[in-house]
Amino acid sequence: MRNYSKIIFILTVGMLLSCGGKNENKEEKFSYETQQTEKEQVAEESSSAENEVPASERITLDNKGVGPIKNITLDPEIDQAMVERGEALFKTNCTACHKIEKRFIGPSPKGIMKRRSPEWIMNMILDPQLMVAQDRCAKDLLVEFNGAAMANQNLTEDQARDILEYFRTLD
Amino acid sequence: MKYKTIHKAAVFTLLAAWLFTGCGNQGKGDNAQGALVSSAAEKVYVAPGERDDYYAFLSGGYSGNLTVYGLPSGRMFKEIPVFSQFPTSGYGYSEETKPMLNTSHGFVPWDDLHHPDISQTNGELDGRWIFVNGNNTPRIARVSLSTFETEEIIEIPNSAGNHSSSFITENTEYVVAGTRFSVPVPQRDMPIDEYKGNFKGALTFIGVDPESGHMDIKFQVIMPGFNYDLSHPGRGKSHGWFFFSTYNTEEASTLLEVNASQNDKDFIAAINWKKIEEYIANGGGKTVPANYAHNVYDEATHTGTSTMKKEVLTVDPTEIPGAVYLLPTPKSPHGCDVDPSGQYIIGSGKLSADITVHSFDNMLKAIENEKFDGDAYGIPILKFEDVLAGTVKSGGLGPLHTEFDNQGNAYTTFFISSEVVKWELGSWEVVDRKPTFYSVGHLMIPGGNSRKPFGNYLVAMNKITKDRYLPTGPEMEHSAQIYDISGEKMELIYDFPTHGEPHYAAGCPADLIEPNSKKIYRLDENKHPFAVIGPDGAKVERDGNEVHVYMSTIRSHFTPDNIEGIKVGDKVYFHITNHEQDFDVPHGFSMIGQNTSEILIMPGQTKTSVWEPKQPGVWPFYCTDFCSALHQEMQGYVRVSPADSDIDLSWSVGE
Repeated sequence: MRNYSKIIFILTVGMLLSCGGKNENKEEKFSYETQQTEKEQVAEESSSAENEVPASERITLDNKGVGPIKNITLDPEIDQAMVERGEALFKTNCTACHKIEKRFIGPSPKGIMKRRSPEWIMNMILDPQLMVAQDRCAKDLLVEFNGAAMANQNLTEDQARDILEYFRTLD
Repeated sequence: MKYKTIHKAAVFTLLAAWLFTGCGNQGKGDNAQGALVSSAAEKVYVAPGERDDYYAFLSGGYSGNLTVYGLPSGRMFKEIPVFSQFPTSGYGYSEETKPMLNTSHGFVPWDDLHHPDISQTNGELDGRWIFVNGNNTPRIARVSLSTFETEEIIEIPNSAGNHSSSFITENTEYVVAGTRFSVPVPQRDMPIDEYKGNFKGALTFIGVDPESGHMDIKFQVIMPGFNYDLSHPGRGKSHGWFFFSTYNTEEASTLLEVNASQNDKDFIAAINWKKIEEYIANGGGKTVPANYAHNVYDEATHTGTSTMKKEVLTVDPTEIPGAVYLLPTPKSPHGCDVDPSGQYIIGSGKLSADITVHSFDNMLKAIENEKFDGDAYGIPILKFEDVLAGTVKSGGLGPLHTEFDNQGNAYTTFFISSEVVKWELGSWEVVDRKPTFYSVGHLMIPGGNSRKPFGNYLVAMNKITKDRYLPTGPEMEHSAQIYDISGEKMELIYDFPTHGEPHYAAGCPADLIEPNSKKIYRLDENKHPFAVIGPDGAKVERDGNEVHVYMSTIRSHFTPDNIEGIKVGDKVYFHITNHEQDFDVPHGFSMIGQNTSEILIMPGQTKTSVWEPKQPGVWPFYCTDFCSALHQEMQGYVRVSPADSDIDLSWSVGE
């Protein structure tokens, strides 16, 4: 069934491309819906029954993930200097895939402190490959986001910590 | 489980037995070959995931490139473009690297790369840079051994057939470039048959900045019009001297095959460069007009610039007493090699059976006693017998080049008799000889051209391949052979094809280079004027018919990936910054119908590719490097409108 709809999708796109010309918007809706169906099926297959909630909406505050960060204690006060550094780092290294106001290549970091533990966030930044290999939530996120693997941007633990501080300001 | 293991072992034994007999049968009917082959296999086998002990840098000859191999495995790791355009990376095609190939003759995207030499400190390899020469349009290049990329190229004026190059002194004070073909200096319109006495041979000493490695021609020694074939620096006690082999001391301009083989002896020219330095420091030398390119790649801006230099300092050797002497050497010597102690200068008369060894001490004594055998154009000739240390009666034919191990032995290639001969320094006795397949040119022992050779492996680079590999039509890659030289007898352990024509090589232990190998360009250190440091900096700007696209990439999209408002007749510059900061995640960029190559952009790097669209339409571009599971999705479109269209410039991603 899935293969069938894929073929239709490819044929449709092919027809659109070969026709070209003036009616570019005509068939867009149909192909969009087809694609959406596929994505949900993939997500369902890889998630177990108990995890019906998409990974991006799951609350996993108890999970620290795997990687170099074992324990982080957050000061109740937000450190503004760290926030500024973190924001600058985020802008250069992360915004190609993560937008604050929308879901893009990857999820928005908005409200992430309510869903993930500080350790999990830092581990994900510092060693995304290990996380995807060993952490269930990271793995499910990869599937949910089209298999777009998160890039390791070679940040230091201090830099990842600054970004975490910046995330604390994104409610 | 146990059964399975036994079963496995049995299969393995049978397989091994079959392999051994198989190899033995294929050999030359020698029954002992089987065991020998298996031990040779163990010596060159580098298991999956394991690494080689040595890096070997082989010249690529007419490919204009330098190739990097592992020893003992013979695996090729990389081809480094130097004097060539290289579509694999976009070197010589990208706007940043085009200036690297500029010369006084314009853009010359080809050369004949000959002799790599690794930088040294105190006579030992330091693994910072490797210098190579372009033989045809005389140039010297410096390749960084941290990025494995060409960082600098300097053209050599007054030179032609830049062959006795690019050898360095023991603290990398100089990289030396000697002319093979003598020419009118300065170049002028004159009859060819007036060569004799009128043409000159320039030996160029290029200073190397100890920090940056930047090259600058310090002086040129304007020598008689011989052919200067190869050269090597003095080391240890002979540090401060440089030795050049010569042929065609007959000064023939035609049919050199016959006419340059008339004299029984040619010369090795000994140049006391410290003496010349003093002479210059005291105001000596003559600055003459010249025109040559100096091209430097800046690692911070990722951009090369080309500057034309307009003069050069020349020195007349006859005006500097004690600076230059000629050592008679039989039969058109090719190799001119200095042993690790700096005491012996080995001249390989390529039409001879013997190897001539000069003694540095004898040379100094002869100079002191002023025992000369006449002069050539005012340069004193020392007496052959006075400087000779010994002759190696090799029994081979056509000695070419010698390197050394750390046990007091020398290894000389013999082109005509296709063999490597091992002999002992001092006794001049031949210790061993092994055939090569076939017609060996140069050989390389890691560090074999320094005070501290690493005497484990020897690589022989052959000129003829013939039957060594499966035939690939009339053209075959040249063969190279690896010998284990750790024992008394040499042992041929491996045979591998090379790329282009390796004329020479340099090698060093992997742990000298590995720790300094650059993995990424840091985004926060990127000073490219068109770099996009954050994706929000992505934009498209028009300046007349020039359009600059500031684009960024990360797995797996371009920002922007939809561009409209481009017109026929525009010149579109795609300045692409790779935002990855992870090792080994390049992105490529290619535009349909582009009259240049794709570019490959390393993490944190910015590169520029030009496109001049000729037809209206919607034209796709894509990433050429398989970067992620979504690589096939990494594409974009540019809408090109007719030249008179009034569609505004716009760009977007994900909208």
